Formats: sequence, structure tokens, C-alpha cells
Amino acid sequence: MKIKQLSIFLQNRMGSLSKPLEVLTFADVNIRAMCMADTSEFGILRLVVDDPEKGKEALEQNNFLVKMTEIIGVEMNDTPGGLTSVLKIIKNNNIDLEYLYAFSHDKANKAILLLHADDIDNLIEVLQENNVTIVPSEEVYNL
Amino acid sequence: MIWNEEIETMSRQDLEELQLKKLQSTVKRAFDKIPYYNKKYSEAEVYPEDIETLKDIEKLPFITKDDLRESYPFGLFAVDMKEIKELHSSSGTTGKPVVSGYTEKDLDTWAETIARGLSMMGIGENDILQNTHGYGMFTGGFGVHYGSHKVGAAIIPISTGQTRRQIEIMKDFGTTGLIFTPSYGIHLGEVALEDGIDPKELGIKAIGFGAEMWTEEIRQKVEEIFGTKAYNIYGLTELMGPGVGVECEAQEGLHIAEDIYYPEIIDPKTERVLGENTPGELVLTNLEREGMPVIRFRTKDLTKITREKCKCGRTHARMSRITGRSDDMIKVKGVAIFPSQIEKALLKAGDVEPHYLIIVTRPGTLDEIEVKVEASQDIFFDGVKEMMAVQQRIGKYIENETGIRVKVTLVEPKTLPRFEGKAKRVIDERNLH
Repeated sequence: MKIKQLSIFLQNRMGSLSKPLEVLTFADVNIRAMCMADTSEFGILRLVVDDPEKGKEALEQNNFLVKMTEIIGVEMNDTPGGLTSVLKIIKNNNIDLEYLYAFSHDKANKAILLLHADDIDNLIEVLQENNVTIVPSEEVYNL
Repeated sequence: MIWNEEIETMSRQDLEELQLKKLQSTVKRAFDKIPYYNKKYSEAEVYPEDIETLKDIEKLPFITKDDLRESYPFGLFAVDMKEIKELHSSSGTTGKPVVSGYTEKDLDTWAETIARGLSMMGIGENDILQNTHGYGMFTGGFGVHYGSHKVGAAIIPISTGQTRRQIEIMKDFGTTGLIFTPSYGIHLGEVALEDGIDPKELGIKAIGFGAEMWTEEIRQKVEEIFGTKAYNIYGLTELMGPGVGVECEAQEGLHIAEDIYYPEIIDPKTERVLGENTPGELVLTNLEREGMPVIRFRTKDLTKITREKCKCGRTHARMSRITGRSDDMIKVKGVAIFPSQIEKALLKAGDVEPHYLIIVTRPGTLDEIEVKVEASQDIFFDGVKEMMAVQQRIGKYIENETGIRVKVTLVEPKTLPRFEGKAKRVIDERNLH
């Protein structure tokens, strides 16, 4: 259920994003979703890829600093208010989200929201209690 | 065990007599055979016969790395090439390299100093010594090698690198002694742990380490990883190589082989000779070298010396571990800062000493220091907040250690320049000339 996400440490300078992407291209690892958290000096590139182990290995071989972190993906309606309804549940249960990012799905009218919280098991439990569909990790890897 | 009991436990008076005799003959040979010394001493109007006491050494001018470079490659040799059996060279990262030449007897003297050191560490004929120092122009590899032959240990000349093979050999061969640089030692230990091997269970009896600056915390870390004592080895290519000083089981300073090297401590600014237990720059003189006698060499290494008899019974002077380099010292906002202070702070922030670089600039009229630190697994978190906290924490530790606020920048692994042998830690971009 939990998705293995790759978090990569990068310096914030021109072109620093292209090298890890090249490494993944060369390793034939496909990116499903990505987001970038950045400060003026460094950034954390977060990627969901089709083969996280292979991706991590290839990046580390090229001296990148990589951490495998767990996130979850939930299905939401790809309509105005779709995101709000999920976030409301999270807020009402006092869960502090660390970060989130979203992308649209090829399923009609659905989008996927990727979430990270410190206590990810609690997050899963709350979402399930509120009938939010959690997307199996394999489905995200193989989109 | 004391390798050369007669010499190593000699009374101070006898030792000084021996030193004076050797100093007189070294100065005379240098003056007679090497044009560099002849010219330099004549200009300073000091001659071999002026050396009547050990203190008279202070009349002689110093020799610096620059002098040695100017004599590149063989300008300071006192013998014909047919007498020279081996040549070594420093890495030359800060300019032209310095060459060191050894006669047969020099190689034996060198081996003698290492043999004394290995004996201090408890390494003898029953031991298997794995030498991870590089074999090549760098003196670390061969120096240890020759000394190991002398004490009769079985040496494994594996050199640096191939970390997994190193661990396999330790296990399969039953290595009992290890020689490494502190940073490589920590790396070795970590890789072993990653592979599910506890370095403590390898049965290592003693570790000799050097060729790099380290802090007491690094020693503790190494001792903890391998579950055994780690002894400091000091030396430099210009004088011979490793073995100038080695720590005994008391671990209270490194015994300088005083019948072979004459140590002095000077104030790096005034060049005046300082007394015992006063920190300053180490100056060394070869007392027993045929190929290339070096007299009053300014090492730039900062330490202090005590001549008090050691618990182990040896009488030879002890130097404390090197706490910095007189040329690495940076004065920022009027405060003297040493890379070792930054190291200490970095060790508090993470488990391993990270690779770092200190950059000093003066954008306007005020100095600024930036410390670039390579991020590593133990200080990398998947959150901007946590990473900012790491940066702040490192900055705070550095401020506590030095009293100066610095800018800390985390950079990607393996992006800072690497130097072979001794690392260069400071880049001063201020234009102070």
C-alpha cells in the first residue's frame, strides 16, 4: 500500500536537476510523479518511479545522496473541491502533513494525491475510516 | 615491549650527548657536501664549528618547504646517485613536489623508527599487519612495510581501496594489526557493518593511524568501531616518512625518535624557540641521515613537546597530536581558527567526519567564512525543515567551538575537491596583500 519514494539531495544551482534525471534515463527507470522542495541553497527532489530499488541503486552509484521514504497515494475526484474534501478529513483528525503533491490519472475523472506524514500508519487508518480510496503502490509504479 | 631498550630509555644527559655528536657531524656533512647549506650558512655567517652545544642549533637558519622545492629534484642530496637506493616524493598538491632520497642505511634507519613504533603498539613477530597506506611515491606505505619486516610481523601490502576485499582479507587471514588513515578506517568499519560484519569481532589487536589530522573524538570513534586501541603515527616525507613520532600504550603523546630526529618548538611568527609544554610549530632536524640531511625544517605542524619520562619507561620526548597547521590557521575577524575546530564541531553533528571545505572571503570590509559540508546519509532527511535544522545545528556547534558565526552550506556528496595525502581544508579568497 505504501509507495516507495526516492528523495534526492541536490544543491540549488543551475543544471543540478539534469544529472539525476540522466542517470535514471540511462538506467531505464521511468518517473511517475515528481516534486521539488527547495531553498535558496539546496533542494530535495522527490520522485515516484516504476522501479524504486533500481533507481536508488543507479543514483547512488553516481554519488547521489538518496533516501527511500514511504508515502501513500489516494484517489480523489478530478473536479473542483476534490482536493479540499480529502484535506478536510486530514485536518479534522489533527494530522500534520509534511508535504503533498498530485497528478492526474488516466482513469476518467480521477486524480492521485501523494501524501507524507510522520505517522503514516495513522494517516492510512484515518483515510480508510473515511472511505478514501488508497491506491495500491503497484498501480502507481505501473501507471 | 621496547624495541631498542638501550636507546629508547637512555638518560637525558646521555641522549643529549649523543644528539650533539650527531648534530655536529650532520651540520658538517651538510656544509661540506651540499652547496645549498654551504651558501646559506656562509651568508648567515654560521659555520659547523659554531655548534658547540645543542642550543647552538638556534644559530642555524631554518629550511622551509619552499627551499626544498627550489632544490627539486636532487639539490639537497649529500651523496652520489649510486648510493641512493630509493626515491620518494610528496604529492605536490600545493606546488612542486618535494623529493626524498634514501641510502641503504637511511632505509634501515627509517625501518628502525617504525619498528620502535610497532613495538609500542604491541605489534611483533606473531602478528599479521594489514597496511592500507598507499604503496608508491607516498612514504606511508613503504615506511610501515620496512618497519614491519624489521619486527618480523607478516605484512599484507594491500594498499588503499578495494574496501570489501580488505574486510575479506582481515577475516580470512586473521589480521591482528591495521594501519590506516582515520577517515579510511572509519569508512572500512562502516562498510564492514553494512555487510553484517562486526569489526570488533575481527580480532584486531592494535591500529596505527596517521597521515591526516584528527581529533580525540575521531580516535575514540575508531577505537569503538574496532574494539581496540588506536595509536598515532607521525612523520613527513621531507624528513624520511612516517615514524618521526609514534604513540606508546600510555597514549599520552608520540615518542619522537630523538636519536634520529632533533625536535624544537618555535613561535611561528617570531621564530623564537619555545620551552617545553608550550604549543607552537614543530621544527625537525635529521640527526641520522646520509642521503638528504634536512636541518631545522619548519614542519608547519602545531604541537607541543614534553621531555618528562613516560609511564612506559621510555625517555624520548613526546609530542602531543598535531592540533593544526601554522599555515592552515586562518585569522578571521581577528580570531585564529583552525580546521581541527571545525572538524570537532562537525563530528558532533553527525556520526562520521564529513568532507568539508572552509572558504574565507571578504566581500566588503568584513571577513566571512563559509563552511561547505558534503551531505551524507546520517545528516540527510526527507524534509526541508529537518535539513535547515541540520545546517543550523552545525553552524551553532562551529560557533561554540570557534566563537565565530559562519555560513554553513550543505553540498552534494563527492563534489568538494579531494587531495591525495594531506587534505587541503582552507581556501582563503581574501586579497590581503
